[in-house]
Amino acid sequence: MSSLSTIDLVRSLPEVYLAAAICLVLLFDLFVAGERVARTATLTLLVLVAGAALTLYGTTPGTRILAYGGLYVADDVSRLLKVAAFLFTALTLFYGNGYLKRRGLMRGEFYVLTLSALLGVLVLASATNLLTVYVGIELLSLSLYGIVAFDRDNGIAAEAGMKYFVLGAIASGMLLYGMSLLYGVTGTLDLAQLSTQLTQSPGVGLIMGITFVVAAVAFKFGATPFHMWVPDVYQGAPVASSMLVATVPKLASFALAFRLLAEGLTQQSAEWSAMLAILAVLSVIAGNIIAIAQANILRMLAYSAIANVGFVLFGFVVASATGYEAALYYTLAYVLMTVAAFGAVLAMSRDGFEATRLDDYKGLSRRDPLLAGIIAVVMFSTAGIPPFVGFWAKLRVILALLDGDQLWIAIVAVLASVIGAYYYLRVVWLMYFDPPGERPGPSQALALRVVLALNALAILLLGIAPGGLLDMVQRAIPGG
Amino acid sequence: MLVQLLFYAFAAVMLAAATAVILVRNPVYSALSLVVTFFSAASIWLLIQAEFLAIVLVLVYVGAVMVLFLFVVMMLDVDLEELRSGFAGHAWLGGLVALLLAAEIVGVIWVKGLGSGIDLRSGLAAAAPGASNTRELGVSLFTHYLYPFELAAMLLLVAIVVAIVLTMRVRHREGVKVQDVAAQVAVRREERVRVLQMPPEKRS
Repeated sequence: MSSLSTIDLVRSLPEVYLAAAICLVLLFDLFVAGERVARTATLTLLVLVAGAALTLYGTTPGTRILAYGGLYVADDVSRLLKVAAFLFTALTLFYGNGYLKRRGLMRGEFYVLTLSALLGVLVLASATNLLTVYVGIELLSLSLYGIVAFDRDNGIAAEAGMKYFVLGAIASGMLLYGMSLLYGVTGTLDLAQLSTQLTQSPGVGLIMGITFVVAAVAFKFGATPFHMWVPDVYQGAPVASSMLVATVPKLASFALAFRLLAEGLTQQSAEWSAMLAILAVLSVIAGNIIAIAQANILRMLAYSAIANVGFVLFGFVVASATGYEAALYYTLAYVLMTVAAFGAVLAMSRDGFEATRLDDYKGLSRRDPLLAGIIAVVMFSTAGIPPFVGFWAKLRVILALLDGDQLWIAIVAVLASVIGAYYYLRVVWLMYFDPPGERPGPSQALALRVVLALNALAILLLGIAPGGLLDMVQRAIPGG
Repeated sequence: MLVQLLFYAFAAVMLAAATAVILVRNPVYSALSLVVTFFSAASIWLLIQAEFLAIVLVLVYVGAVMVLFLFVVMMLDVDLEELRSGFAGHAWLGGLVALLLAAEIVGVIWVKGLGSGIDLRSGLAAAAPGASNTRELGVSLFTHYLYPFELAAMLLLVAIVVAIVLTMRVRHREGVKVQDVAAQVAVRREERVRVLQMPPEKRS
């Protein structure tokens, strides 16, 4: 039996720091900021940037350190995921601030809930025990339910929040049930012990446990057929909330799948990878085809998310270090592109007008060449066209599939991305080749535009020189 | 011997109360029967020396959850006739599910032989004198499981924040009555009580 020591607190510095920062922001918003919520927003951004720096410099790369008697691990995967989560959260909040102010949603609790969702992501990234996995998921989900339903007087947003809550609760139930079966079979909650003890041939209880766990993971990812909540939440919630749901939690989903399946159920990879293969193939097909029929850009992004999640799951289907690398690389690239896509939607909207219909983007190149260029970069990249980062991400996943002798799945992946390219390029077509007509111009907030341009530049540069990020990802996954 | 008699007594009360929960017509009686069920369960836990769990069951479920439940039952205007209207139609389905569950339980216990190796009389090792499972739970929670325990505290904090975000209406500030605690504490007798000198009046 271990007891608490300062060393544990130091080892879990990012979480301890963030938990303290949440309390600080909560108190600051109540007693100092008062009506001037913009101050809380600034403080939150500072907290996030400092958190990224702290994680980067406060932890040693290349080590794997356990804390709290084996309930917590600080390794290279968790380090990379945490730094990315801090930075992407800061980016989403930066993009969302103007929108929140215009919609009258700029209240301090939004920032507190964003930080607590981030804490859930960090906990998941470092989880080595079914108990910590579950607490992390709940911390993330509960905050997201609140963020989605934040505009409570808006019926559609409240409905989206309700759907998300009910389906999320069912998924949590499935996860717990699966975990209880795994515990029943092995008598341990520790993922490392699970992986060493579960070596015998799979019995009914074990298969049931894996099935429930995989279903819960698929729900948290939003993979078909557990994707029903995704379009409604993306469309119904305030755009700033959808952006938060669409980006940082994807890192958490990766962490969840990696810790539970790749590290915990290592010996059972044949079972869960077959299940994931079906889910992933369904996701890329359904996501890409249904996205074509959408007239609302948020719904289009939602189905695009379902299709992209399929690609991340392809990486897990391979069930090898190469596959996990591809999945992690894809997740990071996808989040970078999605943040920019939502940022552009937010930059298009102004007082009383939200550019959520695809028609709102007609002739944008003549009204606002910079923004049109940014959106074009994002769309080209998400479609997987070189020289953008999205191309390398798709390539890595397909190479990993070929590496794992999954030829048929690789063919499906390529065909699905060809179908997907249609609706991404349609947005570009609308912006460059359709007449603008009478439409309100996009907002001219300078800071937002500069950061968006930098975001698009990052998508381009990481595509031209993919080595740095690839290197980081390869070093993060053990055995890669 | 005495322990066994007590066990059967509490178990009988518990079963009767649990049956009453679903058979009684008045929802308030139903909720009160559930309280009795919880008390009996807590007593049985006490018999197996799980005193902490027993106390928590009474404090949390009887003290907080059931009181809340009773409030809801009494404050919501539930139309019972409407709720009961479909009962006869769905009774066969409920019966079927009950039969299925009973068959499963019987199957697990007898057919699979689960529980055949358990000797009810010597199943539990006697606790060492002076051992306290409250202490053991506390030590476990605050050493080995400290990290998830503290995270659960954060979870509760988030739940509070979300509940306030979704329900508190500060916007309509004019209509909201608020307490000023400082003013309440600082109030003096002279501000509240006025002593009047009135001459006695004669009854006319």
